[in-house]
Amino acid sequence: MSNPSDRNQLPSRPPEPRISDPAPGGLHFGIGTFAFQYDDATGTPVPGAQVLRDVVDEAVAAERAGLDSFGIAEHYRRGMMDSAGPVVLAAIASRTETLRLGTAVTVLSTQDPVRVFNEFATLDAVSSGRAQMIVGRGSAIESFPLFGYDLAQYEELFDEKVDLLMRLLRDQPVTWSGRFRTALTEQVLEPQVSAGAIPVWVGVGGSPQSVVRAARFGLPLMFGIIGGSLSRFAALSRLYREASAEFGQVEQPIGMHVHGYIADTEEEAVERFWPVWSAVMNAEAPKRGWAPYRRERFDAEVAAGSLLVGSAETVAQRIAAGMQLVGASRFDFVAAASRMPHHDKKESIERFGTDVAPRVRALMMQPAEAATR
Amino acid sequence: MELGIGAFGDASRDPRTGTRISEAQAVRNVVESIVVAEQAGLDWFGLGEHHVPDFPVSAAAPVLAAAAQVTNRIKLSSAVTVLSTDDPVRIYEQYSTVDAISNGRVEMIPGRGSSIESYPLFGYDLQDYDRLFADKLDLLLEVNRSAHVTWEGTTRPTLTGQYVPPRAEHGQIPIWLGVGGNPNSVIRAASLGLPMATGVLGGSATRSSTNAQLYRHAAQQFGNTPEQTLIMLGSPGFLMQDGRQAREAWWPHWRQFMKTVGEQRGFLPPDRASYERDTAAGGGLLIGSPEEIAERILLMHEHWGHVRQYIHIDMGAVPQKDLLHAIELFGTEVRPLVQRELGNTSVDQLIGRASMPAVSVSGAAS
Amino acid sequence: MTVPINRVAILGAGRVGTSIARTLVDAGYEVTLAGSGRPANVEMIAAFTAPGASARWAHEATADADLVILALPLHRLSSVNPVVLAGKLVIDAMNYWPPVDGTIAAFEDAPAGSSVVVRELLGISHLVKTFNHTGYHDLEPDRRPAGHPERLGMAVAGDVAQDVALVAELINRIGYEPVALDRLEHGQQLQPGTPLFGARPTADDIRRSVTSSVVHSA
Ligand SMILES: NC(=O)c1ccc[n+]([C@@H]2O[C@H](COP(=O)([O-])OP(=O)(O)OC[C@H]3O[C@@H](n4cnc5c(N)ncnc54)[C@H](OP(=O)(O)O)[C@@H]3O)[C@@H](O)[C@H]2O)c1
Repeated sequence: MSNPSDRNQLPSRPPEPRISDPAPGGLHFGIGTFAFQYDDATGTPVPGAQVLRDVVDEAVAAERAGLDSFGIAEHYRRGMMDSAGPVVLAAIASRTETLRLGTAVTVLSTQDPVRVFNEFATLDAVSSGRAQMIVGRGSAIESFPLFGYDLAQYEELFDEKVDLLMRLLRDQPVTWSGRFRTALTEQVLEPQVSAGAIPVWVGVGGSPQSVVRAARFGLPLMFGIIGGSLSRFAALSRLYREASAEFGQVEQPIGMHVHGYIADTEEEAVERFWPVWSAVMNAEAPKRGWAPYRRERFDAEVAAGSLLVGSAETVAQRIAAGMQLVGASRFDFVAAASRMPHHDKKESIERFGTDVAPRVRALMMQPAEAATR
Repeated sequence: MELGIGAFGDASRDPRTGTRISEAQAVRNVVESIVVAEQAGLDWFGLGEHHVPDFPVSAAAPVLAAAAQVTNRIKLSSAVTVLSTDDPVRIYEQYSTVDAISNGRVEMIPGRGSSIESYPLFGYDLQDYDRLFADKLDLLLEVNRSAHVTWEGTTRPTLTGQYVPPRAEHGQIPIWLGVGGNPNSVIRAASLGLPMATGVLGGSATRSSTNAQLYRHAAQQFGNTPEQTLIMLGSPGFLMQDGRQAREAWWPHWRQFMKTVGEQRGFLPPDRASYERDTAAGGGLLIGSPEEIAERILLMHEHWGHVRQYIHIDMGAVPQKDLLHAIELFGTEVRPLVQRELGNTSVDQLIGRASMPAVSVSGAAS
Repeated sequence: MTVPINRVAILGAGRVGTSIARTLVDAGYEVTLAGSGRPANVEMIAAFTAPGASARWAHEATADADLVILALPLHRLSSVNPVVLAGKLVIDAMNYWPPVDGTIAAFEDAPAGSSVVVRELLGISHLVKTFNHTGYHDLEPDRRPAGHPERLGMAVAGDVAQDVALVAELINRIGYEPVALDRLEHGQQLQPGTPLFGARPTADDIRRSVTSSVVHSA
């Protein structure tokens, strides 16, 4: 009701420095999740609403297991319930205390940064400062026609929206104009968050252009890795560092977001994960023109690629080696990008937090040794 | 008869101390109020959406979701969803997500809202209001009805059978049409077969109650069932054990609230005399003792025949502890008094929605 | 224009239109309400919210009316066919309210007040401004018979003395003390943002508040 400038008369809080998460020298272990509908014991899909309640429960388990963050993906299709991430995160906020609450990823190209700000600032308020996000293209494209955007403009959309979002998060009041939304004049948005307090990462798949773009934004980089050798990402990470220096940006942390499953033994993990993972990959294959996903490929990914499937010990070693190779200080374990039942997902999350993350931390303390494995 | 609370998430300047709470605190206060409302036995909580520093809840669904995790029974609603400047697809996704988190406790009131700051913010023209609202309401109702949405309109890209998840678990989300008092909107609610949410915002407690008759008659003309023909009413309200004290305590806050509204709209704040008139027996502001307020609600019920009454409580920086106390009185004292006269049939029963079992997620809710 | 007013057509069966209709029916006028389109809904609205008033198409309602009252949102003014108002005595009960109307350039820059712009846009000559400074919800409860010690005032502004007098008489009959202002542009002093707007003033309050030279007794 009052004039926006009214807010400027508030006892001014000193601008808080940008939070680097993890702080330099620190490590961050999180969970990424997709809210896939799964079948119950009788083979019938559980209600989508139950899937969302499960996600909340899995996040609570993640905090109890000592993890740092929990991130939800964004999709708009049958069988996936993650169409309103910040709403689910706000629910999680009520049942957790330290867990950082984020996305993986917010499909920014087809959202309005003003609404994104509104939702995350509200989330930040209800969680007393625990909101964060990873923005990116996402791997799905259904949001473009759904919200009336042209996929051909993907890059312009993303650039413009990152630019506006960062302005909104860092220096309100904002005067801004662009191609894809109405201009803003001396705009302040509610609820107020201190400048830079909500960390934003840029999620990239494997495209060097995207990496350079993230460097230009001066934002931390999260690799979304769904296959292939980790050494490929080591090269991209060097590119990111060099590009950042070239753009005169300060050094930001790098993270990895990798799929996997943890069980007592290698065999058990492989046997339980193969059916759910191959189902997801084969459902996607025709849409994206991929070849059918076969067991040999899976076994190769598990043995030396980027699927982290196995016992806690093996997975920890693979992660530590991967993080060192890539120079990453954040690792998000994607425990649920499949129609895996809630119980199994939750168990995998718990194992990641209690058995894997501490091992990775320990291994990262002895870099030389870990790297040689 | 159900009783509930309406809120904006108030961060305005306290007229007595000149201070403001932080906007984040205002958001958290809402969650706390919802918890206290449930503990006091109240049935419903509605949250508004604004984009101004005084009312910083710019996204209501996440706040309702946070509250859903620490409550088990109370209904959670928007009040109102500013539909004209939003996308109905996103709105549905957000509210069906809260519905999931809350085990089916969500409702929505799409309406105009009283504020207009969202128009320039999201690039809409206020002069398009009628078209925007009609078009978007049509889509919202369609998304609520059908999982695969095929729709064409003038305010957003066409939908060609897209699936909009998650689908609410217990059928359609109850949608009440927010009506400001224009008789045309009353008829619109009836013509769409929707229950109507409207308000008495001052003046006499029975003012505009002819709209209730108009609504029922129109509903009959359109062949609506009794389940569709329901009214909920909201009014500014505040309670203390002692009625005089309540009126005294609320006055500076009400005056301040009306002053800011008036500055925007070019009218002077109410004077004390009109405040006395509006809060006295028969007045439209529900400020007083539990007995006085119960009596007023019964009077309003004679004229409106409504099935749910809520009081809108957080305006003009009333201190949170006083708000919580008022919520408690409204639930523990007013509700039994009103229900003794009017019974305790729930809105769910009236709309033929099976009462949802209070499923509790492991460890949820204190 | 000298016939006393008996038949009144109100354009706009909204909050204001139906409130005015009720007070006019109570005062014995023959009242017809019209919306922007077909009378079906307005019929229902009249039956319940202004019993005694009838509903017709706008052009029918205005055809035999002695007085037409504009009670529609200002941003809908362009939907009024000015032909039906030709030669009629017309009351402008409307306000320019950007929070509801959006920003309309013609009214943003209106040094002589919104009613003068309305008169120009419609191309009519007998326009009087009144009702606009009263909240629709106060209109009925605040009525008092002549001579009542707590009678409230209502300003009536217009350029044609005869028109102002006719409308003042109507205001008097429904229960307010009319205060005539002899120029339509003095209607400015009744608009949102002025001390009289929504203030429930007495006739004396109005006389004190508006520039005294413009006031003459009705
Ligand atoms: N609210 C107050 O207390 C108050 C007090 C004094 C003055 N005013 C002024 O009075 C005017 C009306 O306000 P309100 O609150 O009554 O608005 P409202 O409740 O929105 O009603 C206005 C009605 O006018 C109708 N309408 C639109 N175009 C029309 C046309 N060409 N011919 C006939 N009817 C038409 C609309 O119905 P259809 O579109 O279906 O035809 C609508 O129902 C505004 O200018 C307002 O500023 C308001």
